[in-house]
Amino acid sequence: MTSYVAHDESNFAPPAEVAEVELHHPKTFIGKYVWSQDAKVIAIQYAVTAIGIGLVALVFSWLMRLQLGFPNRVAFIDPSTYLQLVSMHGMIMVIYLLTALFLGGFGNYLIPLMVGARDMVFPYVNMLSYWLYLLAVLLLVSSFFVPGGPTGAGWTLYPPQAILAGTPGAHWGIILMLVSLGVFVIGFTMGGLNYVVTVLQARTRGMTMMRLPLTVWGIFMATILALLAFPALFVSAIMMTLDQTLGTSFFMPALVSRGQQLGHSGGNPLLFQHLFWFFGHPEVYIVALPAFGIVSDLISTHARKNIFGYRMMVWAILIIGGLSFIVWAHHMYVSGMNPYFGFFFATTTLIIAVPTAIKVYNWVLTLWKGNIRLTVPMLFAIAFIFTFVNGGLSGLFLGNVVVDMPLSDTMFVVAHFHMVMGIAPVLVVFGAIYHWYPKITGRMLDDTMGKIHFWITFIGTYAIFYPMHYLGFMGIPRRYYAIAGTSFIPDSAHLLNAWISIAAFVVGAAQIVFLYNLARSYFRGRPSGDNPWHATTLEWQTAQTPPQHGNFGKELPVVYRWAYDYGVPGLKTDFIPQNVPPAEVAAEAWAGPPRPAGG
Amino acid sequence: MTIGLVFLSVLMAVIVGWLFRQTVNVQPWQAQAPVPDAPGGRAAPRAAARTALWVFLGVATSLFALFASAYAMRLGLADWSPLPRPRLLMLNTALLVGASLAMEWTAHAARRADRAGVRRGLAAGGLLTLGFLAGQLVVWKQLNDAGFLVASSAAASFFYLLTAVHGLHVLGGLVAWVRALAGVWRGSYPDRIRLGLELCATYWHYLLAIWVALYALLVSKDLGLAICTSTPM
Repeated sequence: MTSYVAHDESNFAPPAEVAEVELHHPKTFIGKYVWSQDAKVIAIQYAVTAIGIGLVALVFSWLMRLQLGFPNRVAFIDPSTYLQLVSMHGMIMVIYLLTALFLGGFGNYLIPLMVGARDMVFPYVNMLSYWLYLLAVLLLVSSFFVPGGPTGAGWTLYPPQAILAGTPGAHWGIILMLVSLGVFVIGFTMGGLNYVVTVLQARTRGMTMMRLPLTVWGIFMATILALLAFPALFVSAIMMTLDQTLGTSFFMPALVSRGQQLGHSGGNPLLFQHLFWFFGHPEVYIVALPAFGIVSDLISTHARKNIFGYRMMVWAILIIGGLSFIVWAHHMYVSGMNPYFGFFFATTTLIIAVPTAIKVYNWVLTLWKGNIRLTVPMLFAIAFIFTFVNGGLSGLFLGNVVVDMPLSDTMFVVAHFHMVMGIAPVLVVFGAIYHWYPKITGRMLDDTMGKIHFWITFIGTYAIFYPMHYLGFMGIPRRYYAIAGTSFIPDSAHLLNAWISIAAFVVGAAQIVFLYNLARSYFRGRPSGDNPWHATTLEWQTAQTPPQHGNFGKELPVVYRWAYDYGVPGLKTDFIPQNVPPAEVAAEAWAGPPRPAGG
Repeated sequence: MTIGLVFLSVLMAVIVGWLFRQTVNVQPWQAQAPVPDAPGGRAAPRAAARTALWVFLGVATSLFALFASAYAMRLGLADWSPLPRPRLLMLNTALLVGASLAMEWTAHAARRADRAGVRRGLAAGGLLTLGFLAGQLVVWKQLNDAGFLVASSAAASFFYLLTAVHGLHVLGGLVAWVRALAGVWRGSYPDRIRLGLELCATYWHYLLAIWVALYALLVSKDLGLAICTSTPM
């Protein structure tokens, strides 16, 4: 029977065998682990760097909570230092941790394996991408040690105050920050081109777009968003660097600073805000879409049930991505914009709730009557749904102009965005690490430690951020070094702040359990075998675990079905991997793992 | 931000159309044998480098559209004082048009497997491009000598910024040009570097298109305020 897979637009399939010479097998230790062109090694490099700098930002948040919960007990946190901690915490977490980890880390590891490719299509460019990312991180870190320290302008870096004397790090700090962002964007563009072209061009035979796991869809769309949105950050970084170094007036109006008329004139600070948020809002979805994709796969695999509404999920990802470009000004309601603009942006913001809600319904409907296994990855995935819904609901408040006005720049906003784009994606990161660690190392992570880590993190983050909503309603502003001596703030708020800080320390400490688990399981963990979760996607069907360079054996796998054949009735097992032919299933009432793909 | 939004809307329409073709009448849950290896009938796979170039052009267009948006927003403010229009820009534009044509001719020569034609066309394209860059530097020098420094007015800042960003993209193109040139000089058979030459041609047309759009922005006095007045310099 010749059945054409009509839904592959180009009918394109790469040859089944790839000549060995194309793979540049590394010969030396340095070639294998340092200057590596293997996407899997690059993924680990990305992930380790991102988690390393993320831990620095975690410590920064401890220091901030130390000051907020127990004001003026710690001598070295003065108001300037506090602002620098706030700024660096935000910048690192959003860009250098989450973006790099989801796209550079999970993207590099999972895309080639899941689409059935040997590697990314341009391995050399992929390697450059990582080294530029590392350079960006080092530039950022170097700004901690220059005169004046890192910038303290907030992660949004609004001019004019970002480059005016008086703001911490207004000279070297901000320049290094902007250069670092520029390098990051260039490095990311190199990686992003790879991810997009690999998904479009390097899929194995039979792997049509509509058979891709949702993880790949999420990372793919997020990469497209990032490729289009990061230029806005790049443009604003270049223009602000010129304002700072050459004295141009792109963003700087005529102003008097410390009694002196500055040379700038006529610039428009609002222009920066538009450019920044034109990047900044899609950035939320650059982080969220990979999380959506990964969580879909985790839920389907661990509930042993096919994902509900696969095509709807794909369309929802696209629609969310598209809408995310026309909502940016909801970050600027208090900038004095035309009320009609506010109305427009409030409307588009609320419309995003529709595709997002579709996704949430589909996750819940996937769980419905599933054979739910409460493994650690599953716990994190379910916790993500709760947290994302919670954060999303407070987003509905803030999306409305009239409600946003009094809540703007309060702790309510802090609580909202931490729930929706801080905690929720980080829960997915943890779930994904527990899920794919067996494939990356060949060993399982310890279950008990995983559950301890999960429950402390999940409950602890609610203990941190739920009370913050309440503080926000009381009008406690964000970014303030101290709120003492303000009559409208009752003593109970200070008590609450102290408890939030304690919860933050506990949650932070729980991450040590996680790190210990990662390290210990690498050496002592239970061997996992090739497919411990009985998953269908191609990365679990490799001949070796961890997969060697080139991913699959001599022949690439051939894909016959979508990634969600779980719980198919009439079989002896409850899943069919993507590379099992229909004939094999029909003949033998398929009973077990297939031959490993290739030799 | 209108310019940026228009660009994104067009792109979005393309992506929606593409995804529609992928999803309509498709039942992903049904297992099927893949397309058999039918002899003939299947188009040759599109080169990954070609897709990558088009994706990159999308990113670069996003960058230029955002610069143009920033320019359009800054233009509305009261302190705008335009520059005189450097005459040399006309000549530079002509050079870039020539370079673009030469690259196209090179790609055609490669398709005909005409080695001498490839060498001549590639050399001409590169020299004309270098001429364009030199001309842009002369324009900078002229403006600088006339007292229009990078920080002296917003119009001057945008002039230097837009030309510099475009010039950097031209320089990036010249890196690809040097690699193609090395291939030709080593005597690679034209077939092997044909893809590279075709991609160079595409990129040069893109550089030209962007330059024409920027040039229109620089001198669009009739549309309202612009960077340059109609007074030539």
